[in-house]
Amino acid sequence: MADKQTYAPGSHPDLPPPPGTIGIVGWLRTNLFSSVNNTILSLITIYFLYWLIQSVAGWFVLDAVVDASSRAECREIDSGACWAVITKRIGQFVYGFYPHAERWRPNVAFVLLFVAVAPLLYPKTPMRRQLLWFSAAYPFVAYFLICGGILGLPEVGTNTFGGFMLTMIVGVTGISASLPLGIALSLGRQSRLLSVRVISIAFIEFMRGVPLITLLFVASTMLNYFLPPGTTFNLLLRVLIMVTFFASAYIAEVIRGGIQAIPKGQYEAADAMGLNYWQTTRLVTLPQALKISIPGIVNTFIGLYKDTTLVVVIGLLDPLGIGRAALADAKWNGLSTETYLFVALFFFVSCFAMSRYSLWLENRLSTEHK
Amino acid sequence: MDFLARIWRHEESRAVVIQILVILAVFGSFGWLISNLVTNFAALNKNFGFDFLSQPAGYDINQTLVEYTNRSSHLRAAFVGLLNTFLVAVFGIILATIMGVILGIIRLSNNWLARNVTYWYIEFTRNVPILLHILLWHGIIINTLPRPKNAYNFGDISFLTNRGFYVPEPIAETGIAAVYLAVVAAIVFAVFFKRHAKKLQAETGRQLPVFGVNLAVLIAVPALAFVVSGSPVSFEYPVLKGFNFKGGMHLLPEFVALTFALAIYTAAFIAENVRAGILAIHKGQREAAEALGLRPGRVMSLVILPQARRVIIPPLTSQYLNLTKNSSLAIAIGYMDLVATLGGITLNQTGREIETMLLVMGMYLIISLSISMAMNWYNSSVKLVDR
Repeated sequence: MADKQTYAPGSHPDLPPPPGTIGIVGWLRTNLFSSVNNTILSLITIYFLYWLIQSVAGWFVLDAVVDASSRAECREIDSGACWAVITKRIGQFVYGFYPHAERWRPNVAFVLLFVAVAPLLYPKTPMRRQLLWFSAAYPFVAYFLICGGILGLPEVGTNTFGGFMLTMIVGVTGISASLPLGIALSLGRQSRLLSVRVISIAFIEFMRGVPLITLLFVASTMLNYFLPPGTTFNLLLRVLIMVTFFASAYIAEVIRGGIQAIPKGQYEAADAMGLNYWQTTRLVTLPQALKISIPGIVNTFIGLYKDTTLVVVIGLLDPLGIGRAALADAKWNGLSTETYLFVALFFFVSCFAMSRYSLWLENRLSTEHK
Repeated sequence: MDFLARIWRHEESRAVVIQILVILAVFGSFGWLISNLVTNFAALNKNFGFDFLSQPAGYDINQTLVEYTNRSSHLRAAFVGLLNTFLVAVFGIILATIMGVILGIIRLSNNWLARNVTYWYIEFTRNVPILLHILLWHGIIINTLPRPKNAYNFGDISFLTNRGFYVPEPIAETGIAAVYLAVVAAIVFAVFFKRHAKKLQAETGRQLPVFGVNLAVLIAVPALAFVVSGSPVSFEYPVLKGFNFKGGMHLLPEFVALTFALAIYTAAFIAENVRAGILAIHKGQREAAEALGLRPGRVMSLVILPQARRVIIPPLTSQYLNLTKNSSLAIAIGYMDLVATLGGITLNQTGREIETMLLVMGMYLIISLSISMAMNWYNSSVKLVDR
């Protein structure tokens, strides 16, 4: 036959791949319908997604009301979500009761925060060395910007702080103050000195063993008993101290993991070089331990950031507090789903961004073969 | 001066000096705090003591697992609160483990759609604060479920309303002991049968249908005992009377919201632990098992999971611990747990801030430390032995 052509070994031209293994059909087959079980799972998921989109999308967007002055008015306009409870109070959700005219100050502090953390988080930042000085000075800059009282900035009381601004303040202060304390505790836990070790372990285990909410109760109700009579103490400051103690115990455990991961040879080499304890710690232990524990530190930070919502229980007005105040208003009574979903979305966006960063960092630091 | 400098330069004596200084500093600051406390208490005419625990509490608790009235003591109230904490923790842990394991396995499925839907679900759940979960679910139950009058009705025996869930309450009658006995007997049989089958397989290579037989025994024996002893369980059904349901078991909206929120939040973390544990097993293990001709189910149950368990259990335990500690947020929605009774109402009524908070913290510390001790013991028992 004419088409029965013969080929020398190795000279046959490549045939196209069998139909159904490439392109969209091939992708669908391998990823969604490769077996009976897989097909069932796919169909269930598709049905679930259909149900979700159909029942939720309408409520969320299509039937939702953005502008109204009360819940009753919302219901008159449409049947979906009443986002007006958010839009009417968006200023409070962001700044709390911070004076209107001064709101540019937290804004500036927020932008500067990114300038300050960029050289810490991203090693290829241009002018990194110079910027690190700014990072060190940032806490003071931010404090004076937000609280005022110098350079002609009017003073603003901490009782006006609220909303997402308060979340940022508690979170950022908590993590930056707990980092040095956490490092000290982790070194203390590994110390050769018995008393230092026992005290560090006791502190860490106590802080990790009790819920944060009980510590906040201590800060709000009974800290005054332990201070000289007549001392008055800002509630926000008390909360910040407790949050710092709490976070530092967790950070200490993360860094301890980093310290324990350093091979023994490193210490032996340091000893052989004649370095003393502090030199070894500063030049050998900490640089390596901190580097490997950065992802863990970021995760601790995400946890702390989420835990800042607990301050609502002792009466500070974080976004949840603002939301609950709005719900207590007779006009907006009963719109809890909208309010809490909005706050949830804010936390999701910021925490998800941070966890992606930590993942990126883990990949960059990992020296494993892929 | 020269003498001091010499002590400082000598390493061992310096260590002693530092330790003495540290101890002095710590005890000094504790002493300072306590002397302040004494001064403040004297100024306020307060005294320190736990005698308030035996006084009548004077407040009601809406969910009590043991007998309690508002004439019971504060100690009793705290005990009721502690039991409520345990109740939420136990149900939360069971639910969270089941959901977490399922999610973790789907997360590794080769089905693109299911994998990605689960991924986004997990990311959303775990990146939202737990307090928000609790308030959100509580709000949904309170604000969107119907009033008792138009409750969601499940076959006239269970009802979902905004005042909580009503389900039939099983009531044990005489003869129930036989059923309990049958359950115990079935479990004992199952354990021994499994051991026997394992031994048989190790000796002769013969496999017995362990799972099927055990399942049949576990279902059939108690069922038989139930029928023979004349169905010694009756149910009390909830009935709508006036504006609310009477009878049956009433699950408070606070309890449902709290359990559900804790379970959903923790399940997302457990799912990631399960996934990481399975991924941590070296690829070669699976390939070797497949090369031996094991079926996929056996590869999972005989090779992957026993090894993954070692990786999964420690983080799993700390998730359980987190769940228990997070249950203290119950106070935000008014579920009467340990913090809400002892650290909430009792504190406000008696004004004993220090004593009550000490007790609450001590209770949580005992729970935490005993769980982590158990975890350390388990860790050392499953650790790979280096030879």
